[in-house]
Amino acid sequence: MAERILDVKNLKIDFHTYAGEVRAIRNVSFHLNEGETLAIVGESGSGKSVTTRSIIGLLARNAQIMGGEINFHGKNLLDLSEKEWQKIRGNEIAMIFQDPMTSLDPTMKIGQQIAEPLIKHKGASKKEAWAKALEMMKAVGIPNAEERINEYPHQFSGGMRQRIVIAIALICEPEILLADEPTTALDVTVQAEILDLMKDLQKRVKTSIIFITHDLGVVAGMADRVAVMYAGEFMEYGTVDDIFYNPQHPYTWGLINSMPTLESDTLESIPGTPPDLLDPPKGDPFAPRSKYAMKIDVERKPPFFKVSDTHYAATWLLAPGAPKVEPPKEIQRRWKKFKLMQEEHS
Amino acid sequence: MAEKKKILEVKHLKQYFKNGRVTTKAVDDVSFDIYEGETFGLVGESGSGKTTTGRSILQLYKPTSGEVIFEGKNVEKLKGREEQLQFRRDAQMIFQDPYASLNPRMTVEDIIAEGLDIHHLVKSKEERRARVEELLETVGLNKNHASRFPHEFSGGQRQRIGIARALAVKPKFIVADEPISALDVSIQAQVVNLMIELQKKQGLTYLFIAHDLSMVKFISDRIGVMHFGKLLEVGPADAVYDRPLHDYTKSLISAVPVPDPEVERKRQRIAYDADKEERDGKERTMHEIRPGHFVRCSDDEVAHYQEVAASYE
Repeated sequence: MAERILDVKNLKIDFHTYAGEVRAIRNVSFHLNEGETLAIVGESGSGKSVTTRSIIGLLARNAQIMGGEINFHGKNLLDLSEKEWQKIRGNEIAMIFQDPMTSLDPTMKIGQQIAEPLIKHKGASKKEAWAKALEMMKAVGIPNAEERINEYPHQFSGGMRQRIVIAIALICEPEILLADEPTTALDVTVQAEILDLMKDLQKRVKTSIIFITHDLGVVAGMADRVAVMYAGEFMEYGTVDDIFYNPQHPYTWGLINSMPTLESDTLESIPGTPPDLLDPPKGDPFAPRSKYAMKIDVERKPPFFKVSDTHYAATWLLAPGAPKVEPPKEIQRRWKKFKLMQEEHS
Repeated sequence: MAEKKKILEVKHLKQYFKNGRVTTKAVDDVSFDIYEGETFGLVGESGSGKTTTGRSILQLYKPTSGEVIFEGKNVEKLKGREEQLQFRRDAQMIFQDPYASLNPRMTVEDIIAEGLDIHHLVKSKEERRARVEELLETVGLNKNHASRFPHEFSGGQRQRIGIARALAVKPKFIVADEPISALDVSIQAQVVNLMIELQKKQGLTYLFIAHDLSMVKFISDRIGVMHFGKLLEVGPADAVYDRPLHDYTKSLISAVPVPDPEVERKRQRIAYDADKEERDGKERTMHEIRPGHFVRCSDDEVAHYQEVAASYE
């Protein structure tokens, strides 16, 4: 068993707004194993960004943690003071943001920006830090690094800027890297390069990654494990193969089914919109949009049912005695493949 | 496809932008046809000129040179206000950003009815309201949404309003510029399905501009691939996707993430050297390699592309 580096338990976060309390994160628990990539998938407003931001202490001012713990090296991160946070942030836990255009300081040379965490966290001298920054720029694949180290962010393209952001995040060799939609703003060919780079650096630096995205294609290529999030809760989690070939929650089915694949001639959309978290639904939050919903789904929140040692899903469909339903064709195709894969293994 | 009627012909379209001494060739000698009732997908990365092409077709920019022929008429040389108004009715646009493309101070009714007013398509307030309500229902919204303002809607709903606005004047041809890029996955499918349904019912022709290749392949009959202002490959959607000719198309397709872990584990990326074709300075034009499947190449490269095409068979 791999060692758990991060353990999040029963996390609850509310946002104060003029309209009332938004229950953004509602009892979320998960862990991160050493060296793995955990992808959190969900639509906008599902709470995936808020979850990661709570792990690095960067919640918005109107956010309030209502309960739970985030354990990292025996410490509950939720108890840290801002001063203690500053020792961890960018050092042991680092983050890559979605928009490479706004996450760099336009008035600072990029060499300075990459070197800064080393000087601040590791007590490196300016000279050492500068040399390491140069090395890092080469590692993330910026051509002519010797010259470009003196340039400013506006002189770089979006893809190059995201490489710089990655260099800054990884220069202290953090134990955990949080990547919030790091390639969403990029073109597909650039995205492919950045994803390859992240995989490569992960091996070298031995960091564990929490990868936030809405793109199931990216998840399939990057993740060891996947958690599917909806309306502030986890719906299902498991290994990448569990989620893509043996999905159990109707929301996961809907997500997979609404993406065109090479074989698909029809596109099944999920009707409706996500619920308003000012007044979160009592039962399974996906029930109002699900054609597989039963009466109990609306009334009572399903617990996580165990599918296998690695795979859990919060749907009443897995309860003993639940009616057998026929999932969408694409899902049945994937289930068949999963069976074949398991037979091959055994 | 031969018996099908061309609704739009783009001939040697050039759109240059001058900024001081620098001239950006956003669209550089692009030619293609769109047939009535089909969806033509235009794909490319940012800066490829796909959006500019769409906008130039609708005369939102004045093309530097080249012709855009809509239903047999050169749209730059339309005679009189009447012909111009008719073109503006027949050709509509759906924009990428459903947040920026709706005026926040106008009610949904006024947004959708603006075209109706300009083209004098309704005679009374009641008729106007009735038409707006009908349009709202067509795009899957509720008719009492008419008196609300854009901020009261989600992204997907706003995009439906944008579609209703485009449909209001009963167009024949719609340029949809990345209509789903700003939407969540589950909502993207809703909007794409709505567009397909409307096309079937109303016989619409689409120019569908996007960077999401898998979605473009799904919705399009034919696909054009753009890169650095040039159209590199045009052909039936399946052919371009499954049997790409141009190295750039291959590299683009090899970079698309597929929601299947096994496919991803085996994925081989193909790199593309954009300068290669620039350096040799050869004259390149569109050549038909397989019926309906064109690639931009020089005369002496035709044999090479014939081989590439044959390798798939």
